[in-house]
Amino acid sequence: MKKVFPQLLTLILIFLIIGFFTFNANVNMSNRGMEFGYSFLKRAASFDIQFSLIEYSRESTYARAYLVGLLNTLLVAFSGIIFATFLGLIFGIARLSPNFLISRFAGFYVEFFRNLPLLLQLFFWYYAALRVLPLPHETEGFNNFYLTIKSLYTPSLVWQNLNIFLYLLIFSILLVFILKNYLKKIQEKEGRQYPVIYISIFILIVIPSLSLISGISSFEVEYPVYKQLSKTSGTFIGGLAIPPEFISLFLALSLYTGTFIAENVRAGIEGINKGQKEAAASIGLNRKQILNLVVLPQALRIIIPPTTNQYLNLTKNSSLAAAIAYPDVVLVFAGTALMQTGRAIEIVSITMFTYLSISLSISIFMNYYNKKFSLTEK
Amino acid sequence: MFKYVKQLTSLVAMVAVLFTFTTETMAAKKSKTLKNTIKKGFVMCGVSQGLAGFSNVDAAGNWEGVDVDICRAVAAAVLGDSNKVKFTGLSAKERFTALNAGQVDVLARNTTWTLTRDADLNLTFVGVNFYDGQGFMVRKDSGMKSTDDFKSGMAVCTNIGTTTELNLADFMAAKGLEYKLVGFEKADEARDTYGAGRCDAYTTDKSGLAAQRTVLANPDDHVILPETISKEPLGPVVRQGDSVWEDIVRWSLNVMIEAEEYGVTSANADMMKTSKNPTVLKIVGVEGGMGEKLGLDNDWSLRIIKQVGNYGESYKRNIQDTGILPGGRGPNALWTNGGILYVPPLR
Repeated sequence: MKKVFPQLLTLILIFLIIGFFTFNANVNMSNRGMEFGYSFLKRAASFDIQFSLIEYSRESTYARAYLVGLLNTLLVAFSGIIFATFLGLIFGIARLSPNFLISRFAGFYVEFFRNLPLLLQLFFWYYAALRVLPLPHETEGFNNFYLTIKSLYTPSLVWQNLNIFLYLLIFSILLVFILKNYLKKIQEKEGRQYPVIYISIFILIVIPSLSLISGISSFEVEYPVYKQLSKTSGTFIGGLAIPPEFISLFLALSLYTGTFIAENVRAGIEGINKGQKEAAASIGLNRKQILNLVVLPQALRIIIPPTTNQYLNLTKNSSLAAAIAYPDVVLVFAGTALMQTGRAIEIVSITMFTYLSISLSISIFMNYYNKKFSLTEK
Repeated sequence: MFKYVKQLTSLVAMVAVLFTFTTETMAAKKSKTLKNTIKKGFVMCGVSQGLAGFSNVDAAGNWEGVDVDICRAVAAAVLGDSNKVKFTGLSAKERFTALNAGQVDVLARNTTWTLTRDADLNLTFVGVNFYDGQGFMVRKDSGMKSTDDFKSGMAVCTNIGTTTELNLADFMAAKGLEYKLVGFEKADEARDTYGAGRCDAYTTDKSGLAAQRTVLANPDDHVILPETISKEPLGPVVRQGDSVWEDIVRWSLNVMIEAEEYGVTSANADMMKTSKNPTVLKIVGVEGGMGEKLGLDNDWSLRIIKQVGNYGESYKRNIQDTGILPGGRGPNALWTNGGILYVPPLR
């Protein structure tokens, strides 16, 4: 009870500070005859966006344009996180390899990409590396993959009844979770072990493909086809076009963040006492079991918290997209939309809230994951 | 008798000075911007971050361009010295916020006058100092002769957040073409990306295209297509609600154009004081008391013309002699010469 007063004081202080800024903004805006409001979101945006995951045209609203930007941010952040984690794992483990060449190569990767500013790396990929690629009409392509200065053109899958396939996939994932818990209980009760991984993979492959075998869902491969635009330029129509803006951002973000994750992984593995492995071996666990049951659970405890930070960094750094014309939420919404509407306070507040939400979501998920691996004292 | 004449003249002079002083302070009282500008001793002017011909820093580090000259004219009118300007380079994104927040008092940044900006952003466009229009630049060897040669699937580089992007969207929609917009915040990034071959065309205002073309690796490899797809009246902007300041900026621009129309130049301005044409006398401040009506002194326009020059001189110095648009003036010629430059009379 003694501590109620200082708590209250802090609360009042915080409200006063927020109140001051709100009041200040209000007074200054009304002085200049500016009004505050989010109604502009319903107006037609009337600009185009080069790359969109959802249906978008110039008749769409500003709210829709925001959604396009948000999804593009999430796309590059999500794929960047996956690839950075992959790189981090590989190079983190490789750095501990007894093989001189492998460990030095991993060391070089980490030191090189960690110590260069991210923006510089981004410029390197976009303005240097991807600029020397051939024009569409100059390239032969490789198995229907065409890497050109305009885009990476790849074949794509055109689905019929994709939703049924996806429902089955979700169903099989749920099934795997239930089965895993059930088999774990059996193991705890009876001591019998089942090859959970093999059963899971089997379920994940067989159940969704039922929709394909039965012919309800089907897909065709669509290949990019060259189209002449003028005497000296062309493009590819059909298939999937991945713009160089995305590729550079994806590469820069994941290569940069991958170095930090690699160091986390190395720290995690080196943080496990050698005695742990020896003790595990002495009670008769095989190598796979030592890794899965003894080393990894403990290493993950060291790896996860700093890696969460790196995931957050990567997501926030994705806003550098604006420098290379990748239409993320900053470029589309806090850039174009802001300039077209002039609603700086509204748009910046939405954008800040967006990044806050994404970051907090990642944090919540990673904290949950961390808790699963943290020491549970009985 | 002669004694009194001398005293009388000094009395008249004193009254005149006092009168000018009081009118000035009255105008200044009405206009916060004018008062602050006089107090600070310089005009706060927002310009581009570098667009040849409009606002650009020369080798000696001085700002030059037709937009820059508007601010210099205002400084000459208000403060008596065209060099008393503080220039702030603003990106397309920053410009309106900077003006609204009071970071600049005049925005002369090749800004297109549109209804949305005029009404929705609480700004006031005081006039047009350059009639521009959006066009396209393509590679010469592409064989494209006009926008009719455009095909679906092409990529177009441009800078975002301006009317350019909206015009492009409208134009392509009207033509029924699908295209990829590669949009940058800075014009030079858009130009370089086009130059590298990422885009099939580069679009911006035609004066901008001409300026950017000169900076490309091989200017002769690129052509500007003949079509103009939009109206881009570029002009200086002020904040809404300060009509005294608005009038000063508007007439600083108008008097430059009026001076050209009546043949008053920086070289002959002083001699024109003895002209017989009443309009010329108004332009050089001998007749009509135009300066007082604006809350300035009557030499305001004479200073503008002597220090900055008339519109034609400014245009020649910045746009024609720099090789940006070396040919004729097109729509930016006076209405008497087949252009559309037409300002209300100085009366």
